[in-house]
Amino acid sequence: MNPYVPILVLTALGAAFAVLSVAGSFLIGPRRHNRAKLDAYECGIEPTPHAVGGGRFPVKYYLVAMLFIVFDIESVFLMPYAVAFGKLGLFALVEMVLFMVTVFVAYAYMWRRGGLDWD
Amino acid sequence: MTPVQHLAFLETGMHRTASEAGFSAPEVDYAAVSPMLVIFGAALLAVLVEAFVPRRFRYAVQVPLTLLSLAGAFGAVVWYSTTGDHLQTAGSMVSDPTGGGVSTLEGAVVIDSVSLFLQGTLLLLAFLSVLIMSERNLDSGGSFTPAASAVPGSPGEEQALRAGFCQSEIYPLLLFTVGGMLLFPAAADLLTMFIALEVLSLPLYLMCGLARRRRLLSQEASLKYFLLGAFSSAFFLYGAALLYGYAGTVRLSGIATAITVPTTDAQLGRDWLMLTGIALVAVGLLFKIGAAPFHSWTPDVYQGAPTPVTGFMAAATKVAAFGALLRVLYVAFSGARWDWEPALWGVAILTMVVGSVIAIVQTDVKRMLAYSSIAHAGFLLTGLLAVDVSGLRSVLFYLVAYGFTTIGAFALVTLVRDSGEEGQIGGEATHLSQWAGLGRRSPLLAATFTLFLLSFAGIPLTSGFSGKFAVFAAAVSHGAWVLALIGVLASLVAAFFYVRVIVLMYFSEPTSGGTAVVAPGAATVFAVVVAAAVTVVLGVAPSLLLDLTRDAVFLP
Repeated sequence: MNPYVPILVLTALGAAFAVLSVAGSFLIGPRRHNRAKLDAYECGIEPTPHAVGGGRFPVKYYLVAMLFIVFDIESVFLMPYAVAFGKLGLFALVEMVLFMVTVFVAYAYMWRRGGLDWD
Repeated sequence: MTPVQHLAFLETGMHRTASEAGFSAPEVDYAAVSPMLVIFGAALLAVLVEAFVPRRFRYAVQVPLTLLSLAGAFGAVVWYSTTGDHLQTAGSMVSDPTGGGVSTLEGAVVIDSVSLFLQGTLLLLAFLSVLIMSERNLDSGGSFTPAASAVPGSPGEEQALRAGFCQSEIYPLLLFTVGGMLLFPAAADLLTMFIALEVLSLPLYLMCGLARRRRLLSQEASLKYFLLGAFSSAFFLYGAALLYGYAGTVRLSGIATAITVPTTDAQLGRDWLMLTGIALVAVGLLFKIGAAPFHSWTPDVYQGAPTPVTGFMAAATKVAAFGALLRVLYVAFSGARWDWEPALWGVAILTMVVGSVIAIVQTDVKRMLAYSSIAHAGFLLTGLLAVDVSGLRSVLFYLVAYGFTTIGAFALVTLVRDSGEEGQIGGEATHLSQWAGLGRRSPLLAATFTLFLLSFAGIPLTSGFSGKFAVFAAAVSHGAWVLALIGVLASLVAAFFYVRVIVLMYFSEPTSGGTAVVAPGAATVFAVVVAAAVTVVLGVAPSLLLDLTRDAVFLP
């Protein structure tokens, strides 16, 4: 079989899922509009209508985004490790523990220096 | 092969390795990589110190921790290179399989005589830089801003200054960047090299933005360095991708084989792929060493960064990046040397001319030293273009000579200050007119700075002369006398603006505007004395160091 066929099938499945989700919630979802719901979606930030003063947003989002990356990277490496856990043995276990300690050093720094305090 | 066939080929290939070989733990020669382990471990520890040690003790913990780890790593380098017989054979080829050394971490890192020499140099330069960075006699709270993220001139910044806050994050950042620098010239494949490049660059971008005074200039330097650095990293990565497409491997020795003896379909008749890859990788590395026409960030960044950081960056980044450039060109690309040599000739000539000529019109001492560092990158390229052992060894010698002199010179720049009102110490007086008559007011500083300038100019009995002699001799012995001639002419032009500063210090009337020379603490004095001593010793007895580089050869 042509090796591109599974890729095409996956693409079709992905597109179908996206279209069906949006269309489904449009057709059968309840509609109770209020001001907040009509705003543009900005991952929780209040959308700034005019870029007065350069369209500023609180710097806290930057910290949260950085923290997200810390754990994002961790899970990127943990996933393949978990899949092949049985074959990898002690060396890989030690390496993974070292890697996670390293990641938690960054987390501890953020926590101790108030990166998690919202106000 | 069509793309689809190629995909199927890759699939079966991957399948086979996975089922037959299984997973085997990589061989790690812990002794060989111990300097890097020490530095990265200390860097993590330093981050924890930032997190858990109370604010008022942090400086007192960080400085000894940083100095001890740098000294420990240097000890590890010396111990590893003097014990055992890893490095005993001297090769005659520039990249010699019998040259001695260890290839470890599944061939991703090569610890050979060149790696060890550069790592030792980097650690010493970093040690002196930390001494200068830890200086607290000049500005109460050190040379770094207490609130790097505050808008310059904002009430928040004012508050942090008044409260006497000081940041000690500079030390973990420095350790991370030193760790990247140690890995950079030892990386034996392009991916490891790219990671090392990022590890050394990212903390440097931050360190550039931490100046206590002239915050806007410092932030501008940081942002410019970041944007242009990211751009150059992208060039490097694209080049690495093309070379992978050509050679089917990112390992430097594998690329060398593919260039010398092209065998597969992907290689035969695909010289354009290889040449574009070489060009892009070279652009990424030439940016880091500040060679023209990729030098435009250098003056702005050197001027805006805190002066102790500028000194560290000018010296150590150049050492690390030249190490990587040497390894890539000599080990991986030597088979295509007739293709890239003419281009690098152009770059070398342009770098020497641009650095020397534009420096003449500079009025700021940090910008002048920045252009001077560009010119020195050109001289170093001249040595590199010999493409053999004498070129390699001359460049290694030059890097040491230039590194120590540069750190000393920038350390002295931190001492010349505007005299603020009521006996307070002002910011750095970097305009050249403010240096007029310094020889009368502060003979010791002027004399030491003169020594460093003479070394930059390449006057005999200084390390600069020995270095220039070595690189030009290497170039001439390989027929590149045109390059050497241009190098000598550029040195003459450069000597003009170095001597102009000396004349300004000794034979001009002091300006009425107050310039004060501040007495530094013991740490800075020690660093300057060491830098001056190395400058003189390498000028009088260069053989002390030349002997160390005598057996330097790459392990492919």
